[in-house]
Amino acid sequence: MSILFSQRKQASGSRKVGLVQRVFMFFVSHVRQAVGSLGELWRQPTASLMTVAVLGLSITLPGTLYIMVKNIEKMTTGWDQAAEISLFLKDTTSAVAAQQLVARLSAWPEIDSVVFIPADDALTEFKSLSGLGDALAYLPDNPLPDVVLVSPSVEASAPAPARELLNKLTSQREVDVGKLDVEWLERLYAVVNIARDLVMLIGALLFVSVVLIIGNTIRLNILSKRDEILVMKLVGATDAFIHRPFLYTGFWYGFLGGMLAWVAIILILWWMDNSIQQFANLYEKQFHITGLTSTALFVLLGLSILLGVIGSAISVQRHVREIEPS
Amino acid sequence: MISFEEVSKTYPGGQQALVKVNFHIAPGEMAFLTGHSGAGKSTLLKLISIMERPSVGKVLINGHDLNTITRRQIAYIRRDIGMIFQSHQLLMDKTAFDNVALPLVIEGYTHKEINKRVMAALEMVGLHDKAKYFPMMLSGGEQQRIGIARAVVNKPPILLADEPTGNLDPKLSMEIIKLFEEFNRAGVSVLIATHDLGLIARMRYRTLTLRRGRMITDGLTESEGDML
Repeated sequence: MSILFSQRKQASGSRKVGLVQRVFMFFVSHVRQAVGSLGELWRQPTASLMTVAVLGLSITLPGTLYIMVKNIEKMTTGWDQAAEISLFLKDTTSAVAAQQLVARLSAWPEIDSVVFIPADDALTEFKSLSGLGDALAYLPDNPLPDVVLVSPSVEASAPAPARELLNKLTSQREVDVGKLDVEWLERLYAVVNIARDLVMLIGALLFVSVVLIIGNTIRLNILSKRDEILVMKLVGATDAFIHRPFLYTGFWYGFLGGMLAWVAIILILWWMDNSIQQFANLYEKQFHITGLTSTALFVLLGLSILLGVIGSAISVQRHVREIEPS
Repeated sequence: MISFEEVSKTYPGGQQALVKVNFHIAPGEMAFLTGHSGAGKSTLLKLISIMERPSVGKVLINGHDLNTITRRQIAYIRRDIGMIFQSHQLLMDKTAFDNVALPLVIEGYTHKEINKRVMAALEMVGLHDKAKYFPMMLSGGEQQRIGIARAVVNKPPILLADEPTGNLDPKLSMEIIKLFEEFNRAGVSVLIATHDLGLIARMRYRTLTLRRGRMITDGLTESEGDML
């Protein structure tokens, strides 16, 4: 397109070259510049590798932490359902009344199952487990109350609904005290939440620094190509045309950095799997760490590429503008 | 083709490079722009290629006021203007072919078309056998001709040259000017800034003269007399 000379035949617009050809040339030009940028990186392997390593490792850290948090969450979802409410019944409650309570509770939608442990059974169990055995025989009567064990349904077993359920249960006439053993669970959740926030924070900080590092690397690239940019501007290159190779450089940094992060995360997980197994064995549990899913891998790569492109875009916007022929 | 209307250019710092310059160059005309160093020749050329903007007044090309051209449009303006510099402004790490091809690559020509046009341009400046050479392997005159090939490869209607013969001996200078005459015969408007008065004296072209930023003659009276 010529602004000054409307008649002028020019460029791909002329020579009976159609729209299809022009669009095709646009892509050819993009591919040319993308490959050119990759070649540029290849010609300076040390500098490129260092930038890629910085980017890759910066993404590895939040990536690994993210996987840790995910695995802890996965591990704790199993424990979630184990939440159990113990109801200690009043001494005055008769066996019939207790049975009625059990029958009543079984009908509640929030409750999965109800187990009634009469005081005598509890004492027998306590005798055998505690080892106090004969000593207990000297007690004038059974000090233990009747107990009802309530397992909440899946929906009601998260900390908040379980607490609500507990309140409802303790308001029952026959119930003396109710005990919900979720405090430790809540604490664990709180810790996991803090960990997740920390991962986000560390991630955000590292991402910002990656953008700055890429931006600075691209700035140096731009400065070293000052003469070329000047000449390109003199012969009518648009800013977009001049920007493109640098944006592709950022893209490649991001792509290669993302791949490096992927490999690094796999290595770290493989290395840690052993010690985690040992840890799990102590709890007599089989636990295998879940690595990156393919979705997470794509997110990781995409994020890495995005950071590379953002870093170079910021740099290119600022610094190519400063280079003007004079 | 190129018109200046009351154009003044004052650089930051108060230096007056051009003062109320008026002239018009017709389509297909070839003219010299002369004056001592610092008379404002380069500034005048920069106003045409929008490397500088006028402080006051209007520069028009083909009737279009360059003051209305936005930053983003400058690139497209430069595609209509072939520019030749004393310092060649060649890319030293690229071959003669790649240097000449640059404007075509930027405009998105096909590979085939680029090949054809670059070879034609190199042929025109007599360097078709040196397409694969790097600028460092070429003489000063040859480098200048590569620069000229690059300026004309996309067939711009306007050609600007800033001291194109600055570093060359008279014989080579004449060859370069002959090249410009050839392009001019093909209909290109050519404006050559030079302080080589001997060179101009041997030619019979319109000569615009600047002195301390003022145009003391736009060469019309003499050249009209000559032509008649």
